[in-house]
Amino acid sequence: MTASGNSFKRPREVTFDRLHTFHGGLRLPGHREITANRPIGKVDIPPLLTIPLQQHIGNPGKCLVKPGDTVYKGQVLAEAPGRFSVPAHASSSGTVIAVEERLIPHPSGIKENCVVIETDGRDRGADQQQDAIDYLQIEPARLCELIQQAGIVGMGGAGFPTQIKLCSPKQHIELLLINAAECEPYISCDNRLLQERATEVVEGIRIMRHGVQPDACIIAIEDNMQAAEEALRAALDAVNETGITITRVPEIYPSGGERQLIRILTGREVPGQGYPADIGIVCQNVGTAAAVYHAVSKRQPLISRIVTVTGEGIAQPQNFECLLGTPVSQLVSAAGGYTKDVERLLIGGPMMGYAVQNDNIPVIKTTNCILAVSREEMPAPPPAQPCIRCAKCTDVCPADLLPQQLYWYASSNNYDAAQDYNLFDCIECGCCAYVCPSHIPLVQYYRHAKTEIWTQEAQKQAADIARRRHESRLSRLQRIKQQRADRMARKKQALAGDDGGKDAKKSAIQAALDRVKHKKEQTSSTPKNTDNLTAEQQRLIAEADVRRQQKQSGNNN
Amino acid sequence: MEFKTYSSPHLPVSGSVSVMMLRVLLALIPGTFCAFWIFGWGVLFNILIAAITALLAEAMVLKLRGRSALAGLLDGSALVTAVLLALALPPLTPWWIPVIGSLFAIVIAKQLYGGLGYNPFNPAMAGYVVLLISFPLELTLWSAPGAHPGFMDTLSLIMTGNLPAGQSLDAVTMATPMDSIKTRLGMSETLSEIHNSPLFGSFAGAGWEWINLWFLLGGLWLLQMKVIQWQIPAGMLGGLAVIAFIFYAVNPDIYSTPLFQLFSGAAMLGAFFIATDPVSASTTPRGRIYYGIGIGLLTYIIRTWGGYPDGVAFAVLLMNLAAPTIDYYTRPRVFGQGGGNTP
Repeated sequence: MTASGNSFKRPREVTFDRLHTFHGGLRLPGHREITANRPIGKVDIPPLLTIPLQQHIGNPGKCLVKPGDTVYKGQVLAEAPGRFSVPAHASSSGTVIAVEERLIPHPSGIKENCVVIETDGRDRGADQQQDAIDYLQIEPARLCELIQQAGIVGMGGAGFPTQIKLCSPKQHIELLLINAAECEPYISCDNRLLQERATEVVEGIRIMRHGVQPDACIIAIEDNMQAAEEALRAALDAVNETGITITRVPEIYPSGGERQLIRILTGREVPGQGYPADIGIVCQNVGTAAAVYHAVSKRQPLISRIVTVTGEGIAQPQNFECLLGTPVSQLVSAAGGYTKDVERLLIGGPMMGYAVQNDNIPVIKTTNCILAVSREEMPAPPPAQPCIRCAKCTDVCPADLLPQQLYWYASSNNYDAAQDYNLFDCIECGCCAYVCPSHIPLVQYYRHAKTEIWTQEAQKQAADIARRRHESRLSRLQRIKQQRADRMARKKQALAGDDGGKDAKKSAIQAALDRVKHKKEQTSSTPKNTDNLTAEQQRLIAEADVRRQQKQSGNNN
Repeated sequence: MEFKTYSSPHLPVSGSVSVMMLRVLLALIPGTFCAFWIFGWGVLFNILIAAITALLAEAMVLKLRGRSALAGLLDGSALVTAVLLALALPPLTPWWIPVIGSLFAIVIAKQLYGGLGYNPFNPAMAGYVVLLISFPLELTLWSAPGAHPGFMDTLSLIMTGNLPAGQSLDAVTMATPMDSIKTRLGMSETLSEIHNSPLFGSFAGAGWEWINLWFLLGGLWLLQMKVIQWQIPAGMLGGLAVIAFIFYAVNPDIYSTPLFQLFSGAAMLGAFFIATDPVSASTTPRGRIYYGIGIGLLTYIIRTWGGYPDGVAFAVLLMNLAAPTIDYYTRPRVFGQGGGNTP
């Protein structure tokens, strides 16, 4: 595939002037025109804001407020516990009424710790406004700090903390790639953002470029977004920016996926378990660029975002800018409410988004689309039939996997084989399930298998720890036993030695007695002053001798 | 308000097994009609008998297995198996031949292995090969191209074995071109002599060349509708043509032309409709090419040096055996697993 009708002005010697392809993918019905031509609407400050402490990949934030606290707009509610995290801010002013677990947007409908703010409607900011910053005057490291403090995460959907991507000092970055390829049907929030606020996006890109210092900077935009592209060009021209180029990419789902987009633009593949930075590329969404602009130039944290509210289940589909923490129900009301046919409510697009049971959940940093669909629009999936191995899934898989084999192994719980067939390279784009003539919910099988493997792995780790503990206990017991045995053996040996000692003692006594006898004999033979003694005196001497002898033998004992 | 929840993707699905099978049946119509035109009513009787047997057998086994018989019948796979088997049978064969073939194909080759999606062998070809080995005589009863008996005569011949008064079986049946080549080459005739017989047409067997042509067209339509992928037909026809060309170049007196090979017997039916049965074929992109080439080469080898005039059925079954191994060794390189960066 080549870029047709595009003329590039290349910034430096590194060029990415040829488009590449990725395997598979789908041309899907767009459904974007419903919202792409209507302006971004405003949503009133809701009476209650529900702000989850964790809205992104990484560690949960540490809560700094308690019920009863008054908070101002932009106040930090939860601080980032480390480099892999960002803080959460109050989207408007008011009173904290609860810090508790609330339903959050999640495929499994789970609850997370949230700060609930009763707004006062005054939207009061901090007393002291922070000064705007000229980004060119500051160090890239400081830039990353500012971006982290503003709570910015990837706004395309994955929610990866932005500062981590922007600050990878060990790697020289060749390309800063700005993702404006909004490939999932129905979603148009990036499209509208570009049409209405291209200047902010361009400023944000320039700030990020200052942080990354890449050789080249490209905005990739889908070839069906003419109005957005024109707005972008105008914004670039307005500031005489020639170092940023715009490249059209074909509208093939999932061309907006980071790995697929990088492949299209550069022909390079991000390693399976690696990151784009590993091959010298940083990829950022246009929404993130706008947030970066606000964070650095305006010193405003990320407290609002643009959300596409669409589908046949919505009375007046439109894009809205709303505060983070706004209930989905209020956003739907702003779009005229549900139609009577509404049956399914999706967060995200129709391919990778998830269905939720309830609209009493807040908009968070990664919520790009609220899709309410009718039964006619998306009927319940027909019952699954056996896989006939037609390999249509293989033909559309953008990760070059063999989905039919993965299904075979995942459904038979043969997880080793599934991993051998690269289950974890599956990006869950849903292409395989979309084309499956047997209507098998393939992605569900892969997700289940992944979860099972993670669980098994965790269990295995726990078991390993338990086994190591058990083994070390056994060896400790063994050691103690051995020591005890050694001590016993030594004692025994000592006792055995006593037997020999007895003999030695006896002989020693005997020797002493002999010596005494001998001495006595000598004494008796030598003339002494004991001659001519009375009988009485001799008796006393004999008694003393006996005593002495006894004493001597007693000493020997 | 409670909403319904399903797993992603949510966009309505784009196809179904029934539609695929229906398209296969539609694509078979031109070739089938051509076969009817040339070989007469027997072609349609075979299809009818095989189809009824196959559907009844499928429904019965599904009921025994406690599955929904209706859903099983509606996927259309049993019907496709029956039609493919019937198209491989000679038109004047007795009624119990398609019955036995269909029963074996559906009950033993398909359902006993677990039904649709689980059969290691192509059911139609398994049924056909059982018939070919068990009833060789009944499988030679081809009517003479263009000179077939009428509706009632055919019906009586198939149902009772009774020929119309004053006719012998030899008079209404005729060897197929491939059969005749095999016999007459054995009698030391050269191909150019053999081709002078009225059994041969413009570039292949009389009648057969047109049937093959129409199956080719049907197959191309299937390709265009994306019911099948190009690798298996291209591999099979390519393999067959290349090996045929090599031997033809060496000795055109005893080895027929690549064109003859491609448009004779079950070549086109095999390439587009039989070898492409997804369940028993190789499924990796590269594997499908090797699988097709294997069938092409084996078909030629069996046709030329084997004991049977045509070799498509045996070739397909042999490659069915090899498919899992081919799949194992032709796994595609996964995205991001090295070696994929284009400069």
